[in-house]
Amino acid sequence: MELLDNLALGFTQALALHNILFCLLGVALGTAVGVLPGIGPTASIALLLPLTFGFDDRTSAIIMLAGIYYGAQYGGSTTAILLNIPGESSSAVTAIDGHPMARQGRAGVALAAAALGSFFAGVVGTFVLAAAAGPLAAAALTFGSAEMFAVVALGLVASIALASGSAVKALAMIVLGILLGTIGQDLYTAVPRFTFGVRELWDGLSFVSVAVAVFGIAEILKNLHDPRTRVRVASKVENLWPTREDRRRMVGPVLRATGLGSVLGVLPGGGHVLAAYGAYATEKRLSKHPEQFGRGAIEGVAGPESANNAAAQTSFVPLLALGLPAHPVMALLLSALIIQGIQPGPGVMRSQPELVWGLIASMFIGNALLVVLNLPLIRVWVKLLDVPYSVMFPAIIAFACTGTYAIDQNPFHVLVMAVLGVGGFVLVRCGCEPAPLLLGFVLGPLLENHLRRALLISHGDPTVFVTRPISAALLGLAVLALVVAVLPAIRRRRDVVFAEED
Amino acid sequence: MNPVGPRKVVATSAALAGLSLVLAACSSGAGNDPASYPDDDIEVVVPFAAGGPTDTVTRMIAEPMAEELGVQLVVQNVEGAGGTVGAGQVAAEDPDGYTVLMHHIGMSTAPALYGEQLAYDPVEDFETVGLVTEVPMTVIARSDFEPDTFEDFVTYVQEHESEVTMATAGEGAASDLCGRLLTTALGVEVTVVPYDGTGPAMEDLVGRQVDFMCDQTTNTTGQITEGTVKAYAVTTPERIESLPDLPTTAEAGQPDVAVSVWHGLYVPAGTPPEVVEKLTAALQVALEDQSVIDQMAELGTTPVDAERATPEAHTELLTEQIATWGDVIGTQGG
Repeated sequence: MELLDNLALGFTQALALHNILFCLLGVALGTAVGVLPGIGPTASIALLLPLTFGFDDRTSAIIMLAGIYYGAQYGGSTTAILLNIPGESSSAVTAIDGHPMARQGRAGVALAAAALGSFFAGVVGTFVLAAAAGPLAAAALTFGSAEMFAVVALGLVASIALASGSAVKALAMIVLGILLGTIGQDLYTAVPRFTFGVRELWDGLSFVSVAVAVFGIAEILKNLHDPRTRVRVASKVENLWPTREDRRRMVGPVLRATGLGSVLGVLPGGGHVLAAYGAYATEKRLSKHPEQFGRGAIEGVAGPESANNAAAQTSFVPLLALGLPAHPVMALLLSALIIQGIQPGPGVMRSQPELVWGLIASMFIGNALLVVLNLPLIRVWVKLLDVPYSVMFPAIIAFACTGTYAIDQNPFHVLVMAVLGVGGFVLVRCGCEPAPLLLGFVLGPLLENHLRRALLISHGDPTVFVTRPISAALLGLAVLALVVAVLPAIRRRRDVVFAEED
Repeated sequence: MNPVGPRKVVATSAALAGLSLVLAACSSGAGNDPASYPDDDIEVVVPFAAGGPTDTVTRMIAEPMAEELGVQLVVQNVEGAGGTVGAGQVAAEDPDGYTVLMHHIGMSTAPALYGEQLAYDPVEDFETVGLVTEVPMTVIARSDFEPDTFEDFVTYVQEHESEVTMATAGEGAASDLCGRLLTTALGVEVTVVPYDGTGPAMEDLVGRQVDFMCDQTTNTTGQITEGTVKAYAVTTPERIESLPDLPTTAEAGQPDVAVSVWHGLYVPAGTPPEVVEKLTAALQVALEDQSVIDQMAELGTTPVDAERATPEAHTELLTEQIATWGDVIGTQGG
C-alpha cells in the first residue's frame, strides 16, 4: 500500500536520532513560546531560521521549525487556563472555561484535558494530512471568497453561544469587536480607517494586546475591585488528573472537535482561526447542561483545544500538496524550503518524498513528545498558583507588558493594552463578556475581506452568495442557527407576556 | 499569614518592570567607531512579512555577508503600509551601520503612492549600499483562462475589459506595480482584486477564483512548471534560464511592459562612508557566493553584476525609478 510505504519512508527519516532530537528541540521551544504571549511561533521561527542553514540534513530543519509551530498550540493553553491570558486567538476560547476551572482548583484537570485532547487531535490531524492531503487540497481550492464569507458568517452566528449570559450583550460585544477589527489601513482602497493620525494604528490593533487586555488585565482589575473574588486560586487543588466522569465527558467533544478542526484547517483564507470557536459553539449547543459553559465545563476546554491542534496539523495540507502557504507560519516554512534549495510548488511531494514524509512522520513523534513533556509540567504549573495574589497581580501585569512589548518592540502596544484593559473592565462591570468581543475582532476582518472580495470578483453581483451551492448551503445553515438561537428567547418573552396577563 | 502592603506590591512590580527594561536594553546598543566597524551584530530590517520573497532574498545574502563581516546579521521583519513602516523606522535610526534596510522596488513607488503621508524621503534620508538582485515578473492566469498565448491574452483583455479580474498582493506590492504597468500599457481598466499578501492571491489563482496576476518568479516558478497556472510571458528583456520556453513581453509585442522587482540595501543618511564601503564590499562577496547563485536560480533570478551593486549605481537606479513610477502611478491617480 502506497500510504504505508510512504509512512515507512518517513519514519526511517524521522526516527534517526538527530531528527528525534531536533523534533524534541522544536516542540520544547514551541511550548515555551506558546506560554509567552507576544512571542508567537512566527517570530520564533523567523529568528531560528538562520540557524537551520548549516544543518546537513535539511529534513531536520523543517522538522524542528514545524515542531515550534504545533508545539506552540500546546503551550498557548497554559497561560490561558492559569492566568486568563490567552497568547493566541485559539487559546482565547480555552480561557473561557479553562480559567474558571483553575479558580475552582481544577487547573490540573483543565491542563490535562487540553494536553490529552491536543494529543489525540494532533495524531488524527497528522493522519488526515498523510492519507488525504492531495484530495483535500483540491477540494479546498473550490472554496473562493463567497464560500469563505459564508463559513465565517456561520461561525459568527454560531458563536453567540460563546457568551454564558445575555445573547443581546454578546451580539453587542461581537459588533464592538468587529469595529475594533476595522482599525487600520483598508486592504482594498489603502485608506486608513479610525487611525486618527496615529501611524502605529495603520496596521490595526495587534491581537495580543487586545486579548491580553480584555481577558487578563480586565480580570485583574475586576478582582482588585471586588475583594470577594480575590481568593487564592489554588486554595483547594483537588486532583491533577481528570476523573472518570471528566474523561467520559471529554470523549465526545474531542472526537467532534478533531473532525471539525481537521476540515477547517485545510480551508484557505484563515479557516484554521475558526476551529476553536466553532468547536466551542458546537459543544455548547450539543451539551445537556449548556449552563455550565463559561463556568468551568471541561467540554469547553477539551473541544477547542482539540479542534485547534487538528487544524494546526491539517493547515500543512495546502503547503505540502500545493506549495501554497495558508498562513504566515506556513509562508516561513516555505521560505525555509527555498533556502534549503527546494523549489516550492505542487511537485514537492513527488520530488522530495523523504522530506515531506519525514516531516509528516515527525509530527506523530512530536505530538507524542509534547504530551510526555506537558503532562509532568502540569504539577509545576499548578504550583505557580500557590503564589499569593498580592504578588501574582503585579507579576501578571509585568508579564503582560513584556509580552505585548515583545510583539515588535514597540511600546505603543503596551499603551493599547492599558487603555483596552480599563475599557474591558468597564465592560465586565456591565455584565458583558470578553470572548465574543475577541471573536468579532478576529473574524470581523475575515468577514469583511471575503465579502468585499467576493463582490469584486462577481462584479458587484450579490446573488453570487446564493448561486454558488456551498456558499448557499452554509448561509442557509447560518440563518437556521440564528432562528434556533432567537426562537427560545421569543418564546420565553411570550411566556412572560402571557404570564403577566393571567 | 502576613498582610502584604501596597508598598510591597509596588516594589515587586517595579522590580519586574526594571528587569524587563534591562532585557530590552540588552538587545540594542552597539559600538560606533567607524574604523573598527563592525564589532557588534547588525540588524537587517525587512519591511515585509517573514517568508515573503524579499525576506527570502535577504536571508540568502545575510549568511555570506555575515561571514565576510565577521558578525551576525539579524533579520528583523517590520511589516506594514507597503513597506513604509519598516523603511521609516530605519530612516530614524542612528547612522552607524548597525541598522540596514533591505527594500524592493517599493522604495521608489512610495513617494507617488503615499505623497505627503510618507514620513521619509527615499533619496535624502538614506545612503545606498547597493543593488542585490532583479527578480523577473511573470504574467500568469488561472489554468482554464481562455487565451493561450500572450498575444491572445492582450486581445482578450482588451475585448473583455469589464469582465476580467486581476489579483494583487495589496497596494504597493510588486504584483500591484506590475499589474498597473501592464494594464496601463494595454490601455485597459480591469477589476483589481487585492489580497493580503502573495500567498492568498496565488491560492485563489490556483483555485481559479480570479483571472490573472503578474508576480515575481520567486512565487510563480513552481506553479508554472507544474502547470497549475497558465503562464504567458516574462517581463525581462531576455528569456530566463529557469523558464526557457516562456516568451518575453517584448517578443510578444509589448516592450513597454518591462519591469523587475529589484532589491537594494540601504543605511540611514549620514552613515560614515567607510562603513558603507565595508557593507558594499560584503554585499559584493555575497553576490558571488555559489550557494547564493544556486538558491537564486531556484527562484528564477540571479545576483546583479558587481558594478551595479555599488552606492553610485544604485542611487542612479533609485532616482530614475522614482521618476518612472511617479508617472505610472500619477496617471492612474494613486
